[in-house]
Amino acid sequence: MFDTNELVLNMGPQHPSTHGVLRVVLRLDGEKVVDCDVVIGYLHRGIEKLSENRNWTQIILLTDRMDYVAAATNNVGYCETVEKLMQLEVPRRARYVRTILCELQRIASHCLWVGTHAMDIGAMTVFLYAFRERELILDLFEEFCGARLTYNSMRIGGLPQDLPSGWDKKVLQFCDIMDTKVGEYEELLTHNRIWLERTKGIGVISGPEAVGLGLCGPALRGSGVPRDVRKDEPYAAYDEMQFDVPIGTAGDTYDRYLVRMEEFRQSLRIIRQATEGLPEGPIVGKVPRLIKPAAGETYHAIESPKGELGYFIVSDGKSTNPYRFRVRPPSFCNLQGLRRLVRGHLVADVVALIGSIDIVLGEVDR
Amino acid sequence: MAEAIAFYTLAAFILGFAVLVITTKNTVHSVLFLVVNFLFVAALYVLLGAQFLAVIQVLVYAGGIVVLYLFVVMLVNLKRPPEAHQDPHRMTKIGASLAAAILLEVAVIAFSGYVSAPPATVAPPPVPVTGNTEQVGWLLYTNYLIPFEIASMLLLVAMIGAIILAKREL
Amino acid sequence: MVDTVVIPLLKILIVLNATLVAVTYMVLLERKVIAWAQSRLGPMRVGPYGILQPIADAVKLMIKEDITPVRADRWVFTAAPIMSMVPALIVFAVIPFGPTVTIFGHPVPLYITDINVGLLYIVSVASVGVYGIILAGWSSNSKYPLLASLRASAQLISYEIAVTMTLVSVIMMAGSLSMVGIVNAQYNQHVWYVFAQPVAFVIVLIGGLAETNRAPFDLPEAEQELTGGFHTEYSGMRFALFFLAEYANMIVVSSVVTTLFLGGWLPPFPNLSVFHFLYYIPSWIWFFIKSFLFLYLFIWIRATLPRYRYDQLMRLGWKVLIPLGIANLIVTGIVKVLMS
Repeated sequence: MFDTNELVLNMGPQHPSTHGVLRVVLRLDGEKVVDCDVVIGYLHRGIEKLSENRNWTQIILLTDRMDYVAAATNNVGYCETVEKLMQLEVPRRARYVRTILCELQRIASHCLWVGTHAMDIGAMTVFLYAFRERELILDLFEEFCGARLTYNSMRIGGLPQDLPSGWDKKVLQFCDIMDTKVGEYEELLTHNRIWLERTKGIGVISGPEAVGLGLCGPALRGSGVPRDVRKDEPYAAYDEMQFDVPIGTAGDTYDRYLVRMEEFRQSLRIIRQATEGLPEGPIVGKVPRLIKPAAGETYHAIESPKGELGYFIVSDGKSTNPYRFRVRPPSFCNLQGLRRLVRGHLVADVVALIGSIDIVLGEVDR
Repeated sequence: MAEAIAFYTLAAFILGFAVLVITTKNTVHSVLFLVVNFLFVAALYVLLGAQFLAVIQVLVYAGGIVVLYLFVVMLVNLKRPPEAHQDPHRMTKIGASLAAAILLEVAVIAFSGYVSAPPATVAPPPVPVTGNTEQVGWLLYTNYLIPFEIASMLLLVAMIGAIILAKREL
Repeated sequence: MVDTVVIPLLKILIVLNATLVAVTYMVLLERKVIAWAQSRLGPMRVGPYGILQPIADAVKLMIKEDITPVRADRWVFTAAPIMSMVPALIVFAVIPFGPTVTIFGHPVPLYITDINVGLLYIVSVASVGVYGIILAGWSSNSKYPLLASLRASAQLISYEIAVTMTLVSVIMMAGSLSMVGIVNAQYNQHVWYVFAQPVAFVIVLIGGLAETNRAPFDLPEAEQELTGGFHTEYSGMRFALFFLAEYANMIVVSSVVTTLFLGGWLPPFPNLSVFHFLYYIPSWIWFFIKSFLFLYLFIWIRATLPRYRYDQLMRLGWKVLIPLGIANLIVTGIVKVLMS
């Protein structure tokens, strides 16, 4: 008979479905994946080392380029970490605007996720619909800070400028549009027989296993673990917002999909509350001219669309640059789960699983 | 007249491709020549007025059986190069003499009248339907029912055997 | 002489040219329809509204460099796309576009020929079309295209079985294998077979999608798949031939489904006298309208549905469609016996 050796198949780094420059080396037995080796580092730009030579405000520019799909979230996380180290008070209005921008980024990131995930599985139309909505968000951001992808839209202590007039009305209009569009995506996918067959039972991971692997974000919540930094350790204005955190049950790709689809709706709820209840006031707090935190270190995490985004900064109190700047990227930690998830599945499922974890290589490699 | 021309052309092609099947070095080419051979045989059937048989020849033989031959040939050919024709263990002299002996026997039988020509007109079996397919169907299900059923049992057994051989766990 | 040589030759010329033009414009149709489904416009620059896009594509592909992989089998490498395209084209010899009409006082049947085993001819020619895919993968002299082509051809063969089983029930209802005979049977029995055999219609439609490697069954040629597909090593005009062959197959499937299930050239309600005004529209126009509907349906399905994984695809063919086809056959047989 034919000898059934293990076949080693290389996916990437140039590949249409690895969402960036990711290399996955698969070991196959026939068509089943026996093991996989994830090779990263193709997008490493040395952000953490570069930060040691920049002052605290300049680093905000660098944080944009990590999770470039949801750049404002990175800015918020970093600024809040520095504010925590310096014990700065951020005015209420700034916190509300940060919440709105973070939630808009969550929707933008999930739009990109649903588009690329569906396209990898073959439903190409969802990709264009999702990007059409993402354009609306990018327009809102362009009006606010002038950029579409890398915003540099936060400052330590607040925001660089106030919202343009009429911006909040546009946000509310966007929320109304987005509500119907999410319904469109669901109509195309959620009860589609082929979608169900491609995602149900694929990449099942139980809650304790997920916690053991260090997964976070929707990948963790899809397995039934109710962990959301917005609820557990509220930041910005989340303690004043009413929202639910969707939790999955089966821990498969379909549940992770449902969790993220429901997060769309919850984000819209938060944006509406924040926009309608936007307080007046200063947009930036009392911040010293030269940002020079006292010697010390701190860790602060926020809930980015991909999971728990954490920053660990060490200041030596003497210079205007950080001594050490370390990021805990959610995509990096989630990518560790890929090896466990793909075992036993077919080659065609690997692509679905990479999409289900939702990674951004900018974050993984920094 | 036209029929004779058609017959001899087709026969020439059939024989030519048959010779090519056994003389080509490349196994896949050999299988492809076999396909072309079958297509010409189907044309011969059309010439004989058996259109149903012709399309079944294409459908089953050229389009089914040879496809499976091709699968096997391609998968096996992945690792080993085609057999060289300079195999030192070939027994050329014995093979040639055996072929000559058989040819001589066939020629003697054909030309010395041991087999007489069939009668001028053979009455076709009486079937109440007209048309190629209908007649074949009628005969298959009445006169030749038992061979037909046995043939289908054979196919069933072959299918089951193939599935058992190929399955990893049962 | 005119009837036996000139007119069929003319018909062949017309049908071949029309098919080849239709196939190139199918490319444009697909791009436009998918674009409109995705709220964008599709090709708009070449010619008004992008009408001349297929010509630009054809010119580009013809002037591209002709690359043959180093150790590929030259003859088979060139023959494979041809073996894909030719079966798709010769099927049109038996497709009836209309009944016999009188042109300049001459009765001209609107089909190239009507052989008494027409439907079987179509099926057998389609089964020969598998060779193009197998040989394309093998002649590229590379592991991955070979495996991908074997998978694609396995898919084709499996769905061929399902479709052929189902076609037998249509043959049972019509009592004839000839395509013209089937359309006439639909006229005589006062019903389009889509209403008399809905299960067969659905099975043939799904099987047709799978046979032409169209979404949602297009895993063997999807770019997101690792094994690059059987046409990885092809470029230029040979690559174009493969895709034209796929579109030609789509047109064939649409035409066959139209003839077998939608009454071919018959207008809706062909026997009711109150709808006789519909006969003013020429028969072949009805044929084109119905075929076009199916082509549009195929493109619509591609724009909407995700794709099946290979094992799910095979499971659907073997475990769902074939048993359904056999069941349909048995039920049709029983009903026919009971009603006669």
